[in-house]
Amino acid sequence: MTFDNHREITPDLVADHGLKPDEYQKILGLIGRTPTYTELGIFSAMWNEHCSYKSSKKWLRTLPTTGERVIQGPGENAGVVDIGDGQAIVFKMESHNHPSFIEPYQGAATGVGGILRDVFTMGARPVAAMNALRFGAPEHDKTRHLVSGVVAGVGGYGNSFGVPVVGGEVEFDARYNGNILVNAFAAGLVDTDKIFYSKAEGVGLPVVYLGAKTGRDGVGGATMASAEFGDDIEQKRPTVQVGDPFTEKRLLEACLELMATGAVIAIQDMGAAGLTCSAVEMGAKGDLGIALDLDRVPVREAEMTPYEMMLSESQERMLMVLHPEKEAEARAVFEKWELDFATVGITTDDLRFRVTWRGEEVANLPIKELGDEAPEYDRPWTQPTVVAPLAENDIPQMEVAEALLKLVGGPALSSRRWVYEQYDTWIQGNSLQRPGGDAGVIRVDGPNPHKGLAFTSDVTPRYCEADPYEGGKQAVAEAWRNLTAVGAEPLAATDNLNFGNPERPEIMGQLVEAVRGIGDACRALGFPIVSGNVSLYNETNGQGILPTPTIGGVGLIDDWRRSARIGFAGEGECILLVGAPDWWGTHLAQSIYMRDLFGRTDGPPPPVDLAMEKKAGDLVRLLIRDGHASAVHDLSDGGLAVGLAEMAMASGIGAVVNQLEGGDPIPQFFGEDQGRYLVTLKRDFVDTFYDEIYPYAGVFAPWIGNTGGTELVLGKARPIAVTDLRSAHESWFPTYMAGEIAA
Amino acid sequence: MKSAVVVFPGLNRDRDMIAALGTISGRAPAVVWHKETELPDVDLIVIPGGFSYGDYLRVGAIAARSPIMATIRERAAKGVHVLGVCNGFQILTEAGLVPGVLMRNASLRFVCREVRLRVETADTAFTRGYAQGQVITTPVAHHDGNYFADANTLKAIEDNGQVAFRYAEGTNPNGSVNDIAGVLNRERNVLGLMPHPENLIESAHGGLDGRALFAGLLQVA
Repeated sequence: MTFDNHREITPDLVADHGLKPDEYQKILGLIGRTPTYTELGIFSAMWNEHCSYKSSKKWLRTLPTTGERVIQGPGENAGVVDIGDGQAIVFKMESHNHPSFIEPYQGAATGVGGILRDVFTMGARPVAAMNALRFGAPEHDKTRHLVSGVVAGVGGYGNSFGVPVVGGEVEFDARYNGNILVNAFAAGLVDTDKIFYSKAEGVGLPVVYLGAKTGRDGVGGATMASAEFGDDIEQKRPTVQVGDPFTEKRLLEACLELMATGAVIAIQDMGAAGLTCSAVEMGAKGDLGIALDLDRVPVREAEMTPYEMMLSESQERMLMVLHPEKEAEARAVFEKWELDFATVGITTDDLRFRVTWRGEEVANLPIKELGDEAPEYDRPWTQPTVVAPLAENDIPQMEVAEALLKLVGGPALSSRRWVYEQYDTWIQGNSLQRPGGDAGVIRVDGPNPHKGLAFTSDVTPRYCEADPYEGGKQAVAEAWRNLTAVGAEPLAATDNLNFGNPERPEIMGQLVEAVRGIGDACRALGFPIVSGNVSLYNETNGQGILPTPTIGGVGLIDDWRRSARIGFAGEGECILLVGAPDWWGTHLAQSIYMRDLFGRTDGPPPPVDLAMEKKAGDLVRLLIRDGHASAVHDLSDGGLAVGLAEMAMASGIGAVVNQLEGGDPIPQFFGEDQGRYLVTLKRDFVDTFYDEIYPYAGVFAPWIGNTGGTELVLGKARPIAVTDLRSAHESWFPTYMAGEIAA
Repeated sequence: MKSAVVVFPGLNRDRDMIAALGTISGRAPAVVWHKETELPDVDLIVIPGGFSYGDYLRVGAIAARSPIMATIRERAAKGVHVLGVCNGFQILTEAGLVPGVLMRNASLRFVCREVRLRVETADTAFTRGYAQGQVITTPVAHHDGNYFADANTLKAIEDNGQVAFRYAEGTNPNGSVNDIAGVLNRERNVLGLMPHPENLIESAHGGLDGRALFAGLLQVA
């Protein structure tokens, strides 16, 4: 085999590595000589957008990341939040957008694998997963294929690994035709005194490689993910990794067993940029050098070059620094699980990242600078244009019942059962609320048998497109609201920021404003961001996605016996609209009603009043925790009508709801004003509520109707049988996937 | 009741099963690694669900050749009760301990949902907690649950009353022949079952229908 580590570094080669000429100059300045070929590969792996956050770092720093319960904020494999009783929840959300578009099954599968590894690297056993999926228009040629492949990939990996899916999102929009989004979330449970970090400590200690062998898959994946797509996309398939959930499951069990022996000093999974990124991070964080001997790396193919080994993104691999006296014990654990275990390097005190292969030193770089000195950009950005509100009398009309049936049976709001029935939602025996409600809820194994955790994933990209600041706020507020709606105290969140090309000032403006909105909302609601991921360059041939800052939220439930569900709990109960404006609903611009029934995407999104949001949420949580709220549902896409329909469909119980005299029923029923919840109370508690609780709540909470019967009656609209709603709601997705809707 | 749960690499409902047996019997099961050849003296051996060896070969085929299986076969021949759930069912068919095979679901997709099961016989240790003809709810979660047996085998199974559970009320999720969800060996001490009774044993799970299966087994001396 010929491998020339000293091949000439031409400007073309530099460009092929995704490095700009000025970035290459910076490399020359840092190391004082021309890099070797392997070194160039290492720099491209460390300095690409995906790994270095070079365009977003400046703005991410503005986010609130601390709080009373925060044990670990951004910067580790995942965030860690205290949930009492000596336990913590470890969680993060991460994108696998580019690979999933190129090869949907493996792209999505390895996205799930990557996020699970981030969680158990910290010593936590994964207990819940979610995924936020965004596809192109239903009628686009590739959409069915991508939906089918991504869902099968998410399920194929997660089901085999054995973690319940508790929630998620599936959305369609033509703006994702060329760049779908696959955002995977995972959360794991750990004792607070058994958390593991990636910071290496101690000189002369063994650096141990664990898990699967290194192959040629995924070479340059992170660099690929940091570029736009063009027409050559099919050629990028070899950059997609191949997942092996069986190995991941064994790796989980082996890692947790190994951690219990006390042998582990530091641990880092090999994700994006594989061996390079994990070794550099462990060394740099601990102010140590790392020397790697590539001849010891377990490989799948005999003739791999050092360049390939350093850039491979083969999955299911870990790097650890171990106590040398426990090495034999550690090896036995991995042999039991039939996984590779190889000492591939040593920690040093010279702060160099040295790599040798066949006796030759193929790389020798300053380790701190590789990470810390990555370029950071303050990219030019333009303030998004302010959108004019709709004229007051601009209310396109449709009969309320007809509109509701179309919406609940349309691509945006139909049931996602076809998707989530391909995911194991029961495994581990702790799923209290499975997908289909406001938030997924699990029971927490441990000293307090009644403790629960709630999970949700939210963002409304069309709002972000119209006003990134309000859209960023709304994504956080909706996550907070969904957690509140099941009775949870929102603890913290993870953000997965998906945008187009940051080198375009208008895209950078979306990012800047969305992050400002997220920050403001997180501060106002006491809901810090503890982990996250940025995915940029989601563009194909110059067409960017809708700005999509996905928020994954986690909340704590003291006693799951006092939590709420969306289904009406009984007949003859009173329905309150908590957090309503005077006219119940007023804001029609950017609503699903306008977009899906009239093809209109003009006007501003509904604003979020964060002070009011908090008051309404605190009231709802109080009603749930005191055992008074029998059912709760937050209002989001589709407004009041859709919210009521969802509560009816979940229970089979109908409702009769008033409409306000003297106003147009369309904004009342379909407006998407924020900060609103539907809450049902028993008839005999309503007077107590209005006499004793309501006067102090500071929120408008009108009694708008009652549950009962088998029909949903919205004001003067034609009554709709709940069975008809259900049939419309359940049929769209399977019919579409069977190819029977041309759409 | 003394029980043992056998664990193969890649199983993932072992913890669910261990918790269910512990909760219902008040006694934690012994956990036995697949490379062992010894089993403690138990009344019930359970092979739980999951993806042994990743299901990379035919489902259950590799696990069925693990060292522990010879011991399980001996114990079963002596009348010890053996329950295989989901991947455990697949392993039992591959080991020849129950008749038939499990193929990929007719939909070709993984399916996770609640189904209805009719109890076909109450005359086994596994089903005596139910009444014959009773219809219960259980979750399923599998990719390869499409039960099949050739015509002669099927006739023998039906004639001998070896069908323990059938999918009911049109809820067959996988295309299984004769709606078979759970099948016994001829001696009725080995049961292979596709659904997951262990995930429906507490009010927190949203139902208790799986409980009677374990409660019935508790009566095994």
